[in-house]
Amino acid sequence: MGSRLLEINHMKKGFDGKGVLEDISLTVEEGEVVSIIGPSGSGKSTLLRCATMLEQMDGGELIYQGQRAVWEKTDKKGDVKCVLAPKDQMKQIKRTFGLVFQNFNLFPHYTVMKNIIDAPVSVDKISRKEAEERAWKLLRQLGLEDKAEAYPFQLSGGQQQRVSIARALALQPKILFFDEPTSALDPELTVEVLKVIKELAKEKMTMIIVTHEMQFAREVSDRIIFMEQGLIQEQGTPEEIFTSSNTRVREFIGKMNA
Amino acid sequence: MDTIWNILLDIYSMVLDLGAVMAQLAESFLVTVQIFVLTLVFSMPLGLIVAFGRMSKNRIIRAIVKAYISVMRGTPLMLQILVVYFGPFYVFRIRMGNGFRFPAVIIAFAINYAAYFAEIYRAGIESIPAGQYEAAQILGYNKVQTFFKIILPQVFKRVLPPVTNETITLVKDTSLAFTISVAEMFTKAKQIAAAEANILPLMAAGVFYYIFNLVVAWVMERLEKKFSYYR
Repeated sequence: MGSRLLEINHMKKGFDGKGVLEDISLTVEEGEVVSIIGPSGSGKSTLLRCATMLEQMDGGELIYQGQRAVWEKTDKKGDVKCVLAPKDQMKQIKRTFGLVFQNFNLFPHYTVMKNIIDAPVSVDKISRKEAEERAWKLLRQLGLEDKAEAYPFQLSGGQQQRVSIARALALQPKILFFDEPTSALDPELTVEVLKVIKELAKEKMTMIIVTHEMQFAREVSDRIIFMEQGLIQEQGTPEEIFTSSNTRVREFIGKMNA
Repeated sequence: MDTIWNILLDIYSMVLDLGAVMAQLAESFLVTVQIFVLTLVFSMPLGLIVAFGRMSKNRIIRAIVKAYISVMRGTPLMLQILVVYFGPFYVFRIRMGNGFRFPAVIIAFAINYAAYFAEIYRAGIESIPAGQYEAAQILGYNKVQTFFKIILPQVFKRVLPPVTNETITLVKDTSLAFTISVAEMFTKAKQIAAAEANILPLMAAGVFYYIFNLVVAWVMERLEKKFSYYR
């Protein structure tokens, strides 16, 4: 395996005093595909939201490619607080990852093409021509060539999710997070999105996927993490997880496959 | 037969009179249009600033802006016009003179309508799903880019119907400028009506307002259509 892209040490997060993430430590190497499974309310999505800094963590450390993004500091009163890396460093760090949302969150007033090229052009400052070339390549890869000028509302859910994957990939992130990418889709559309993710896995894209699709997780992952009550209860290769002796893991997988 | 003829003749001469009165009012109608246009030009951007204040993280700014909106919406616009016009004299003993009548009307209208627009904008901004901000943040947009590229265009589309409402109300509200005798159409119509002891000039003014609003509604409808390319 390649270099270490992500390192989470003792991440903690609570909402209104209620602990959601108790103590999460996790490392992800380049080229790895990690799936996170577990019952709802186990903290999977919160883990992803803290790792992508949509939520600020309460304790612990977050490191991308050896660069600290978030760490703990004890203030004068002795309280532990998390601090963020300075703005210019943070900008660099944020370019290392992308996130695909459960409900796509495409920009409805932009065409598919504009959704994909706008961030590369106005954030990364690459030329419009280059951004469009990149976008066309992605659209072809994801089977959306004929949709470049469509608006999101004209697309099916599966198409919208593929566009949002293209939008994330256009910024060429090192890691791509997926937050239940197929939960808003019916089974037929789920298949087309999962196919795309599988292809990305073949190309050795580093991915962390929160999912309820057990069979998919088994096929695509190098490693599966089972979370419950804000903790990583079990992790290992798909075979290890699916044959785990941990009764909670067995129960959960059994229920999901039923 | 005779009576029907007489009635028709009466109606005919009334229409002629109405035409003559409307010609008389045409000039003052331009003042009405000026009040309308200037109020929109000032109150629409001002409303956005007020909306930001209303949503500010600073508690003091928020409280001040909230109080401002509350007063603007809670007291008659007619009274506000009087306060703006006579305020400088009663508070600072400054005589503003007749030249201040028109600016006073514009100031009063602008700060009044800004309060209403602010609340419309705020509702529009708050109706944009959090996911839009989150997507923008993940993609690396800064706050200014997020607001002007992602949020504001969507807000425009959403606030158009309530803004149309306000704009139509404004057309009719311009008549309140008569309070401090600004020579807009309604002031003029009242003068003529009083001098000739005839209600026709007021009716003629009504026709003007109605046609004006037809145009406003048509323009806003076109705008809404223009924004209907996405959902």
